[in-house]
Amino acid sequence: MKIAINGLHKAFESRIRLGIMSALAVNDMLDFNSLKEYLDVTDGNLASHLKALEKENFIGNKKAFIERKPNTKYFMTKQGKKAFDNHLKELEKIIKKVGK
Amino acid sequence: MKEEQDYIRDLAEIRSMMERSSKFLSLSGWAGILAGIYALAGALISYRLFNFNPGEAVEEAGADNSAAILPKIIGLAVIVLAMAIGTAIILSYKNAEKRGEKIWNSTTRRLLNNMGLPLVAGGILILIALAKGFTGLIAPLSLIFYGLALCNASIFTYKEVKILGLIEIMLGLISAYFTGFQLICWAFGFGVLHIIYGIYIHYRYEK
Repeated sequence: MKIAINGLHKAFESRIRLGIMSALAVNDMLDFNSLKEYLDVTDGNLASHLKALEKENFIGNKKAFIERKPNTKYFMTKQGKKAFDNHLKELEKIIKKVGK
Repeated sequence: MKEEQDYIRDLAEIRSMMERSSKFLSLSGWAGILAGIYALAGALISYRLFNFNPGEAVEEAGADNSAAILPKIIGLAVIVLAMAIGTAIILSYKNAEKRGEKIWNSTTRRLLNNMGLPLVAGGILILIALAKGFTGLIAPLSLIFYGLALCNASIFTYKEVKILGLIEIMLGLISAYFTGFQLICWAFGFGVLHIIYGIYIHYRYEK
C-alpha cells in the first residue's frame, strides 16, 4: 500500500519524537524527568531525540538549578508548533483518504 | 514506508500522550464513593449523637449547647476529612501503579496547586468564622470553597469535575440563605454527590 508522504516531516517519523512533541504541545514546559516518565525511555535515548528536535528548532530548553542539581526544561517553539500542527493535519488527511 | 495502520496508531498515541501529560486521571471512582460514605456517616453522627443542626448564622452565646459540642464536631470533621484524603491518596497511588505511572508527576503537582489556593483560603476563612462564632457559616463556606477548588482543578482532570464543583457552590449558597437546610445541603454536597460522581467515573472510565 503506497501512501504519499509529502507534508509529513521526517523528524516526526520516530514515535518518541512524536511523543515529545505531543507532550510539549499541551504543556508550557516539561523537565527531562517528566518527559522520561511519560515516554518510558532511557536517559540516553531521550537525550538524543531531544537533541534532534532542538536541531530542527522545534523545541528549546531552559537550564536551571534545583537544589544544586541541573534541571533542564523543554518547551515547544513557534516553529515546532507549526510543524506539529501541520503533521497532525497531514496524518488526518491520509487517514481520511484511506477510509474512502 | 509506514502503512495506514501506523498512521492511525500515531494519531492514537499523540492523543493519549496529550491526555496523559496534561490530565490527572488516577483518582478512582471508588475514592469518591468512599469519601461520600464517610461524609454521610459524619453528618449522621453529628446529627444523631451530638444533636448538631446549625440553624442560625450567628449563634447566640449560651443559647444552646453549641459551645460544648463544637469541639466534638470539629474533631469529627477532621477525622472525616483525613479519611477521605487518605483513601484518595491510597487509591490514586494504586491506580497509577496499575497504569505504570508515577503518582507524583507534573500533572499531580498542577492539580494540587490549583486546588490548594481556594482550599487554603476557604479553610482559613472557616477557622476565622469559628473563632468569631459564626458557626452557621461553616457548612456554606466549606461547600462554596470546595466547589471553587473543584472548578479550578477541572481543567487538569476529568471534565465532569467542573459540574460537581458548580453544584457544590450552588448548594453552599442555598445553605447560606436557607440556614435550616445546612446539614442536609452539606450531607448532599459532600456525601451523595461524591457517591454519584464516583459511580459515574467508575462506569464511564474504569470499566
